[in-house]
Amino acid sequence: MVNTDTIAAIATAMGNSGIGIVRISGDEAVEIADRIFKLKGGKEKLADKKSHTIHYGFICDGEEVIDEVLVMLMKGPRSFTAEDTVEIDCHGGMLVTRRILEAVLKAGARLADPGEFTKRAFLNGRIDLSQAEAVIDVINAKNEYALKSSVGQLRGSVSKRIKDLRDKIIFEIAFIESALDDPEHISLDGYGEKLMGVVEDMGVELCKLIKSSSNGRVVSEGVKTVILGKPNAGKSSLMNVLVGEDRAIVTDIAGTTRDILEEHIYLQGISLNVVDTAGIRDTDDVVEKIGVTRAMSAAEDADLIIYVVDGSRDLDENDYQIMEFIKNRKAVVLLNKSDLDQVVSVEEIMEKSGHAVIAISAKKESGIDKLEEEIKSLFYEGEIDFNDQVMITNVRHAQALREAYDSVLMVKRSVEDGMPEDFYSIDLMNAYEKLGLIIGESVEDDLVNEIFSKFCMGK
Amino acid sequence: MPFVEEIYDIAIVGAGHAGCEAALAAARLGFETIMFTVSVDSIALMPCNPNIGGSSKGHLVRELDALGGEMGKVIDKTFIQSKMLNESKGPAVHSLRAQADKQDYTREMRSVLENTDHLTIRQAEVTEILTEEYESKRRIIGVKTYSGATYKCRAVVLATGTYLNARCIYGEISNPTGPNGLQAATHLTDSLIANGVEMYRFKTGTPARIDKRSIDFTKMEEQFGDERVVPFSFSTDPDSIQKEQVSCWLTYTNERTHEIIRANLDRSPLFSGAIEGTGPRYCPSIEDKVVKFPDKERHQVFVEPEGIHTNEMYIGGMSSSLPEDVQYAMYRTVPGLENARIVRNAYAIEYDCINPRQLNATLEFKNIDGLFSGGQFNGSSGYEEAAVQGFMAGVNAARKLQGKELIVLDRSQAYIGVLIDDLVTKENREPYRMMTSRAEYRLLLRQDNADLRLRKIGYEMGLISEEQYQYILWKEQAIEEEIERLEKKTIGGNEKVQTFLEKHNSTLLKSGSTLAELVKRPELTYKELAELDEERPNLPEDVQVQVDINLKYAGYIKRQMQQVAQFKKLESRKLPADFDYNTVKSLRLEAVQKLNMFKPLNIGQASRISGVSPADISVLMVHLEQLGRK
Repeated sequence: MVNTDTIAAIATAMGNSGIGIVRISGDEAVEIADRIFKLKGGKEKLADKKSHTIHYGFICDGEEVIDEVLVMLMKGPRSFTAEDTVEIDCHGGMLVTRRILEAVLKAGARLADPGEFTKRAFLNGRIDLSQAEAVIDVINAKNEYALKSSVGQLRGSVSKRIKDLRDKIIFEIAFIESALDDPEHISLDGYGEKLMGVVEDMGVELCKLIKSSSNGRVVSEGVKTVILGKPNAGKSSLMNVLVGEDRAIVTDIAGTTRDILEEHIYLQGISLNVVDTAGIRDTDDVVEKIGVTRAMSAAEDADLIIYVVDGSRDLDENDYQIMEFIKNRKAVVLLNKSDLDQVVSVEEIMEKSGHAVIAISAKKESGIDKLEEEIKSLFYEGEIDFNDQVMITNVRHAQALREAYDSVLMVKRSVEDGMPEDFYSIDLMNAYEKLGLIIGESVEDDLVNEIFSKFCMGK
Repeated sequence: MPFVEEIYDIAIVGAGHAGCEAALAAARLGFETIMFTVSVDSIALMPCNPNIGGSSKGHLVRELDALGGEMGKVIDKTFIQSKMLNESKGPAVHSLRAQADKQDYTREMRSVLENTDHLTIRQAEVTEILTEEYESKRRIIGVKTYSGATYKCRAVVLATGTYLNARCIYGEISNPTGPNGLQAATHLTDSLIANGVEMYRFKTGTPARIDKRSIDFTKMEEQFGDERVVPFSFSTDPDSIQKEQVSCWLTYTNERTHEIIRANLDRSPLFSGAIEGTGPRYCPSIEDKVVKFPDKERHQVFVEPEGIHTNEMYIGGMSSSLPEDVQYAMYRTVPGLENARIVRNAYAIEYDCINPRQLNATLEFKNIDGLFSGGQFNGSSGYEEAAVQGFMAGVNAARKLQGKELIVLDRSQAYIGVLIDDLVTKENREPYRMMTSRAEYRLLLRQDNADLRLRKIGYEMGLISEEQYQYILWKEQAIEEEIERLEKKTIGGNEKVQTFLEKHNSTLLKSGSTLAELVKRPELTYKELAELDEERPNLPEDVQVQVDINLKYAGYIKRQMQQVAQFKKLESRKLPADFDYNTVKSLRLEAVQKLNMFKPLNIGQASRISGVSPADISVLMVHLEQLGRK
């Protein structure tokens, strides 16, 4: 066995399954599970239990119960990987499964590399030699996919923030290292105090990134959802209700939303990536025309369209155009402004759009629960496809961010404890490496290059 | 007709710091060894800076000494000033540096060589390596010198330093010589190329030497050695080397210096393109510094004695290849050097070396059996880097003839391991210098524990005596027992203890604590705690140091040990030497090319090659398993 560290991953496809399984494998699998799993009513531990048994209990994150679960215990070599294995069966849904995985990682497991369970199973003799090629293919395919979603899905702004952070970190390491390598040219007097300020800023920035990653904002994760509707139908108001903050500009003047807004929201455990667009209508206004074009093209590859109809105004050309557009697409139709006098015919909309109609009032926030139910049922009945690899990427990133943050805290502590300066660079380097994982860059010769380019060294 | 002069076991080409260590190791292991040099007077010459050691280089010397090398012993006998660098920093980066009396150093090393059994010194230029076809590879059968004489041997260590096709340059002057006007070796490169060896061309440089009598030291800051000198060698008794030390001097360049340099850049061979070799970034010439760091108002200049029998002073920090008249003008702008008389000009030197990725980590050429190499010839720089490679090459050449397994130190064992691994697996386009930041496990690779890390390996090599070996076994046990005792020994918060803690600005005890816990406090040391530790055994200084460090940094040390454990696992997965990576389906093309080029010895090495991804490593592991089962 080459790697005996303990790995974990979600073993089920996410989203359209009713059960989610988180699998843990490795020497410490049982120990790690015991850290977060509370057996029903018991002070007993999984470690005391016989192999190949199932146990009922709760997965907890500290005091908080995440989910009620069944846990399967399989001690090596009688498991898929031939290592000690624990499988946690939870209630499924992306949010819960993901939170359990995160708890497992926090408890000491490492997120499995793509195809790693299969690789271990093979290396430990569990998979027949004749399947070796297939194993290699699995590893390759999964890696390629992961790589694509890992870097490709990273939002430009996040990527830049992480790059900036890394630049700052490597600069500080290079400074320390130059001084260690050439103490007579470069002095570290009073450096600890200066570094303290720098790492505090880094900590703040990392905290922000961690927060946005738990909101799913690091990668564009989730179901791509586009809200369509003619100007002033109430799209932005709806968006604001869903997001829960005044994010879009809402006025009574038609055409005030000109940029595409994007928000991530969790609805009943489903992650929606909601795009609000400028109202679709024929316009001579150049700025708005760009917005409209964007709206149509954004809707073109959406997983889900929410069409907002203004119930208080007659249907016009825009509405007919949209209804035609969504006819054979996954969509929900909302009849907005149900608080005002209704002038449109529900039957006509149902017939022309091919979808059921839900009456809401974004302004009064009524009917929103029905919308949530509808989306949920579409989702769980498998009508909406969803890229689960993206979610894994997000977990990976969140994990790396947290580890980077921990390392930065360690630096702070070292400075406070009056540790010698060479210890700072150990933890700074850890943070640098972890952040590198997110943007797909390794360390290689970065440090040596930075030292030589930024600091004048040598005899 | 060429004549066979003699038959030897091992031939060493070159008598610099690499050649000397290689020759001594081979001869001491009982092999008839011949060492060639273009000038016997230049054995162990220090053609550049007059010091041994320095940050991370000091580590190399200590490691070499722990294994049974000579450099540490010689510098202990010939230093004229010594300093422990980075003393205020953590123990991992403490590093010894000594100013050498260059002539004494050369003389002392030569005397050791001349009095070593089985070792023959021969002044001659080696012009060819002789090889024959053997099991689809080439193998060494001897060397040939300029006179046509051939020397039969079974292994060769090449340590030609900066002499191969060397050219010394300043301004428009270009001399086809080695350092200090010594004869260059102009034929060997052709023979190597004919044997399929890929050559690089590197460059380095040195500052002027100035007559001490023309320097005004009152304008410079005096730099003293340490009050208590720590020896390099683990076999040197510290009391025996406490002596009067000479000073070095610090001064600075200024805007005027920089103006002169800028005004004459067009006359610098570096910028005019006359120098093609790649120079090292860590010891740039003064013109490089001025161009690269235009905002720096001044650069430090260290004025160091070349010895106590000479008036020559080395002008550290101002190496250059500017023309003679510019050198004069430039040096004379520096405070204290206004009337400087130059004894030797500064110059740049270009030389042939190899692409070291043609070597195994054993320092044997992958494609030529029995041919080893070390030192600047391998693309490194520095006396210390050269010495350790020469030593490893010499030991492995001997082991090859002994039929024993060759020795490779890995990155978790020694800086020597890091140095050689970097050379043979990384793309290296400039003379490679050791740096502490290159050692990822540096907390474990300290200069204070080099003996604990490497003495046993030196013993296995056959270069460490039984007595030295027994001492290390005892020392290991003494450290372990003392740590154990401190971990068990509890003391309470009585008045004596609290007073002691108060005196050292340490938090008072609320309940009992072990002595080990107290040693871990940054403000306390093992030594000071003797006051509270009545049962403390009488232990030698070096044991006490280890106890203190191992307890104080226990958390960090443990973390690095875990990383090392992971590293070792990958390192232990050997790859077949003649493996054709084209046969592994699903490896990416770039990975196949890189792996075929480097031929890594194990999975760990493979994973450090740039262009080989973690997915490639997984594929490789699956493939290996597949082969294993077949």
